[in-house]
Amino acid sequence: MCFTQNFWNLVVSGLADGFLYALIAIGYTLVYGVLQLINFAHSEVFMSGGFASYFILNAAIGTSQPHGIGSLAFLALGTVGGGLGGALVAFLLERVAYRPLRRRNAPRLAFLISAIGASYFIYNIAGKEFGRNALEIPSPFTNGPVFSIFGATVQTYYVVIAVSAVIMLVLVDRVVAMTRLGKGIRAVAQDAETASLMGVNIDRVISQTFIIGGILGGAAGFLFGLNAGVVYTMGFTPALKAFTAAVLGGIGNIRGAMIGGLLLGIVENLGVACTQASWRDVVAFGILVLVLLVRPTGILGEQLGRAA
Amino acid sequence: MLLELEDLEVRYGAIPALKGIGLEIAQGEIVTLLGANGAGKTTTLRSISGLHHPTRGRIVFDGTDIATMAPHDVMALGVSHSPEGRRIFGRMSVMENLEMGAYRRRGAIRKDLDRVFELFPVLGERKRQPGGTLSGGEQQMLAIGRALMSEPRLLLLDEPSMGLAPLIVREIFSIIRQIRETGTTILLVEQNATQALRLADRGYVLENGAIVMADEARRLLQDPRVREAYLGEAAAPST
Repeated sequence: MCFTQNFWNLVVSGLADGFLYALIAIGYTLVYGVLQLINFAHSEVFMSGGFASYFILNAAIGTSQPHGIGSLAFLALGTVGGGLGGALVAFLLERVAYRPLRRRNAPRLAFLISAIGASYFIYNIAGKEFGRNALEIPSPFTNGPVFSIFGATVQTYYVVIAVSAVIMLVLVDRVVAMTRLGKGIRAVAQDAETASLMGVNIDRVISQTFIIGGILGGAAGFLFGLNAGVVYTMGFTPALKAFTAAVLGGIGNIRGAMIGGLLLGIVENLGVACTQASWRDVVAFGILVLVLLVRPTGILGEQLGRAA
Repeated sequence: MLLELEDLEVRYGAIPALKGIGLEIAQGEIVTLLGANGAGKTTTLRSISGLHHPTRGRIVFDGTDIATMAPHDVMALGVSHSPEGRRIFGRMSVMENLEMGAYRRRGAIRKDLDRVFELFPVLGERKRQPGGTLSGGEQQMLAIGRALMSEPRLLLLDEPSMGLAPLIVREIFSIIRQIRETGTTILLVEQNATQALRLADRGYVLENGAIVMADEARRLLQDPRVREAYLGEAAAPST
């Protein structure tokens, strides 16, 4: 087979892509859970996180090159900064683009149009304000092989992505499964009206859901930007793929989004090995079409309500 | 009065569901609301909980007008609603469903959990099970238990006997009686008029969104019009 020779290397790079998809996909799936809405402006939440981390890091260290413990601090600050930026934009998005529509019981289509409108708005503002070229986030480490597994070399950048993503994914999984906020989110996802009878402030829970999705999406924007830089167009493709991942795993299901993200990343990389790099997106979106045709509920189906 | 409805009018679009009803519940009472399907019973409970907002009239709970409040604020004042059709969270465990009932409370809920498990031992046996896997009767017990977890001052029960086997219905009613003995005020909506009137202190009869009768429960139980319309008996032969 075309990918057998390089199999484990492809899996490793696929996992790195997949972790980013998983982080972004959680934002889609959580929001879908509470609102039955695909937040198509989530791509710009991801992009905003990238820019937020860029500006925060620039203000904090300028162009000096961090090393040692400073590199870890740099990564932590970038992740937190990206998360905060993403959270802020996601929060505002819900307030400005969706809540007014909810108030007047607008039809589903209005939400979709509002999402697309908000997305274009943020996208173009970023392009106008931050320039048309990618801004480079100074790398806090020299990318090189760290260790090898099954003959595959694992680069520093992959380790950084995997460690940050696993921490965040485990955290969000536990928050949704165990905390009061998580129970509120799951209750609203299952039956919003009854949740309100239990004393759940639905508006607040929806806001918090956007914020959680925004934190993960924004942090992913930073991790993505570490490698590729940040630019106003950066959100479109990764977010659309994360949406694919969310559908693949079963929209509404948190663990499904994680599995879907990792799976998509791996399949996409293996697929490229069989074709050419330019087929990457064709492979990914081919999967979306296939899932929608064969199993529209995805791998795990819609189960945001379950304890995990 | 713990709860007073005054001239309450609720509309679904242009259609009036409640046409200016009045109703009172004193602290510690069990009051039942009888009526045919579509008479406005569920709408009354949903309006008290803030799920519908009236176009006219007042809903006063313990001195506060709650007519325009959001459901979570009404519940925070001490009104707990066990909705029609049970509406338990099917994909959450029994335990999590009960914890949802205590969502607004801070601090320990151990005592209330123990009380619910004492009232409904079967819930204690199944606390790890997803709520959706319970039988209809057990789901109803869970719905009532969940509503008790907020330590309500007023408990709204919407058709707790709906769709249940007679034996389970009897059990549910005996538990409602036990809840009442702890001092919780109850507004009970029921199709099962005989059972409801035997349990309640007073009753109201709703017809087409208006209250047509209001009296002590034992007198309603004897009233020939009630017996004919809601207790399934033929009219007493006139002599």
